Amino acid sequence: MSEPMPAEGREPILSGHQLTRQFAGRSHRALDGVDVAVRPGVSLGIVGESGAGKSTLLRLLLGVDRPTSGEVRFAGQPLDRARSREFRRQVQVVFQDPRSSLNPRMSVASIVAEPLRSLRIGGDRAARSARVAEVLTAVGLRPEDGRRYPHEFSGGQRQRIAIARALAPAPRVLLADEPVSALDVSVRLQIIDLLRDLVDRLGLTLVLVSHDLAIVSQLCPEVLVMRHGRVVERGATADVLTRPVDGYTRALLAAIPQLPTDLVEEQ
Amino acid sequence: MTVLETTGLSIALDREPLVRDVSFALDTRDRVGLIGESGSGKSLTALALLGLLPAGMRASGRIVIDGRDYLGAPDRQWRRVRGRTVSIVFQEPLTALDPLMPVGRQIAGPLRLHQGLNRSDAERRAIEWCERVHLPDPARLVRALPHEISGGQRQRVALAMALACRPRVLIADEPTTALDVTVQAQILALLDELIEETGVALLFISHDLPVVAGLARHLLVMRDGRLVESGPVDDVLRRPRSDYARQLVTSAARVTRLARPAGGGEDR
Repeated sequence: MSEPMPAEGREPILSGHQLTRQFAGRSHRALDGVDVAVRPGVSLGIVGESGAGKSTLLRLLLGVDRPTSGEVRFAGQPLDRARSREFRRQVQVVFQDPRSSLNPRMSVASIVAEPLRSLRIGGDRAARSARVAEVLTAVGLRPEDGRRYPHEFSGGQRQRIAIARALAPAPRVLLADEPVSALDVSVRLQIIDLLRDLVDRLGLTLVLVSHDLAIVSQLCPEVLVMRHGRVVERGATADVLTRPVDGYTRALLAAIPQLPTDLVEEQ
Repeated sequence: MTVLETTGLSIALDREPLVRDVSFALDTRDRVGLIGESGSGKSLTALALLGLLPAGMRASGRIVIDGRDYLGAPDRQWRRVRGRTVSIVFQEPLTALDPLMPVGRQIAGPLRLHQGLNRSDAERRAIEWCERVHLPDPARLVRALPHEISGGQRQRVALAMALACRPRVLIADEPTTALDVTVQAQILALLDELIEETGVALLFISHDLPVVAGLARHLLVMRDGRLVESGPVDDVLRRPRSDYARQLVTSAARVTRLARPAGGGEDR
């Protein structure tokens, strides 16, 4: 998919319009009038602390929850109640904890093939297992790892399996909810490198929910900063990091623990 | 003056070694950071220093607290140490707090146990501690149950509980890992203030180098159950001797650099 058009001109592949979500029994809105547009090839970071509404927004974009008011559109069309097969093929998701998101009783190959089976794509058995081998290789695992079970893998490898599963139907958009938060620092960097590589190589567009601006800055050219269900700042990640306009964004940046300045520059 | 010293501490489950030959000492006013990734043995080391190892685990070596070796001591002896000489705050204060007891009574509990205060004195002291950890409206807050206050406030309560009996060593095991980054910054500032005020020796355990480096003066680096490096923070950050410490510093510097307002995000 080589689009000559500059990113700014592209129609959003996935968008939310005035999204509001009010949960029963809660006085405040989890999401309050949020607009969001995901353009092909422009990965978007959604940043904020707990209660900001970022995971609620992700669930609406994924179509597993419905807004109280407002609308989600996929390729310009309203996302209807029963998510279309095309949407489910094009938009995949990776969650925070690969321990709970992988079925422990299934082999890695069947886990990875699961979206192919449920979407009834990927051809016959042989074609599907070729696809499984292909995506396992793409995430840095070996095709023969497909015969093993999730518990035989480390946390970082399990997250690779979850990413392979998401990639199996060749989606255009990958939604990721805190995909590295449960991992150790060194493993975290490996998964970030993998995601970046996949974005570059496969032309994936990432929608990354994270509390960590550093991770977003590595993967997403655009960012939304959320607080209390609203977007407080949005723009090019480099601008938001260097010239934050909103007071909360500034506080968020200031709170990030830092190594001594000179040390960081030396590296 | 050395308050706590461990020499050749090893911990094993069945015959599998989990911690091997760990030695270090904490003096009054020391601020020691213990860093390592999951499975490095850092939290087990902390539990051993409080005599709280899970059943089935065996420790060997020496754990000398105030001049006395407690390793292998019966629980009734450990109970005189825990909360009085050595106390701990955990990552998730909800697991350390009784969900059905007002927080004031939980702070008062150790004061009654270790200092023999009567109920009303202990509860008055609990209110004073709530003020010291900057909880809002202490007189009212002491009557709240843990779930009625925020995560940051719960960690303040846990700190008040840990420090109320004026221990000589405070072990903080990932005390800010479960918190939002702005709340983390507040709790780190509070911790800095409290250890300065009370003179308690700090053992701060974390997987997060920038967090540890901001608070500690000395760093211990653990990997696969062993101490692979020990030295002043500045030396470990600038002149790491082990490959592993070097790798940790490089990873942390990379992440830190990318979050820095100057130049962050521009290399993509």
